Amino acid sequence: MATGSIVVTETPLIRYVLRRADDALILGHRLSEWCGHAPTMEEDMALANMGLDLIGQARGLYSYAAEVEAAGRSEDDYAYLRDERGYGNVLLVEQPNGDFARTMVRQFFYSAFIDPYWGALTASTDATLSAVAAKAEKESAYHLRHSAEWVIRLGDGTAESHRRARTAVDDLWAFTGELFETDDGERALIADGVAVDPISLRPAWLETVSAILAQATLPLPEGGWMQKGGRGGHHSEHLGHLLSELQYMQRAFPGATW
Amino acid sequence: MTGGGPLDAEARRSAVWNVAGAVVDPEIPVLTIADLGVLRDVRVADGRVEVTITPTYSGCPAMTMIALEVELAVVKAGLGPVSVKTVLSPAWTTDWMSEDGRRKLREYGIAPPAKGAGRRALFDIEKVACPNCGSPDTGEIAAFGSTACKSLWRCNACREPFDYFKCH
Repeated sequence: MATGSIVVTETPLIRYVLRRADDALILGHRLSEWCGHAPTMEEDMALANMGLDLIGQARGLYSYAAEVEAAGRSEDDYAYLRDERGYGNVLLVEQPNGDFARTMVRQFFYSAFIDPYWGALTASTDATLSAVAAKAEKESAYHLRHSAEWVIRLGDGTAESHRRARTAVDDLWAFTGELFETDDGERALIADGVAVDPISLRPAWLETVSAILAQATLPLPEGGWMQKGGRGGHHSEHLGHLLSELQYMQRAFPGATW
Repeated sequence: MTGGGPLDAEARRSAVWNVAGAVVDPEIPVLTIADLGVLRDVRVADGRVEVTITPTYSGCPAMTMIALEVELAVVKAGLGPVSVKTVLSPAWTTDWMSEDGRRKLREYGIAPPAKGAGRRALFDIEKVACPNCGSPDTGEIAAFGSTACKSLWRCNACREPFDYFKCH
């Protein structure tokens, strides 16, 4: 049962579900890279725990995509057998871990967005999306609290931790605009009450981010230019390397199970 | 329906509930899935049993194991054929944990979750009594513990570290 890359027959709903799943999977994978390398034992466990939550959320969404596509695929096929261009995650989540400050700032930017997003999606007219969101929301609340506490601790810490946190905020800022991006297909789902309009969450996101950065004594970046591309499959060079590790087993031994 | 076997559907349903409900969480073996509220439903239709379970956390790695153990337990008790279904909705909450489950957790050395697992319980300052000496003078060491559902705490009175089953 040799299996090469798959090409998904994307309806707007499948594309929408895969984008949410890809965000969670790629960020979850990034966090898993810290396993055994975090600065303290407690953080090692925290990052692995958050990664596990995110991968769990991705699994629920990929399973739903498989159900909707009805092409005899499993959750694993979407994760292991799509090429880089088939992934629709935002560029933010594929950015390398860098130092601990960069990982925490990336997590904070994402969690401050996704926590209210899941909250709003619990009201989706789609029963499965609503169910996934209701579980994910409880988990993202913990992720938001944890990452926000670290952003404050690092920003308002030593000169060195402040410098690193500030560099991370400045470097990652240009990737935050994509969180609020939609396309025609997604806007139709929003109109039907299936999806959530991310633009409606931008004020809440900005409020959370401004408040935490202020507490962290970190200036809110002013640059308005935003880097996009991830939602349409145009990724940074980092995603291909990430996937080569994530997909290695299934690519080298197609159909392997354990 | 009595045609299928020696037990009628209702008796079989209740027998399956007892057998499936006695399966323990592999990560906290002192709790059964009935104590946890992970066992949601048992249905008997056309001679088949369907057991419904729900995960505690989206990524809980114990779910596959629990589903397998439920299947084995039901078949071993001669109550099969059985299938196990996982549902996400309504989302599991620590409020479903039985009183008996809370007591067993405490005796096992894990502080049980506070009741009322909403956002307030999550973001208010939590008061957790030490499961070893009962002192309320405790503090959190790490928000994420040895499993997805626990955080790590320390008692300032008896100086023992302990796990806290987080509100969810």
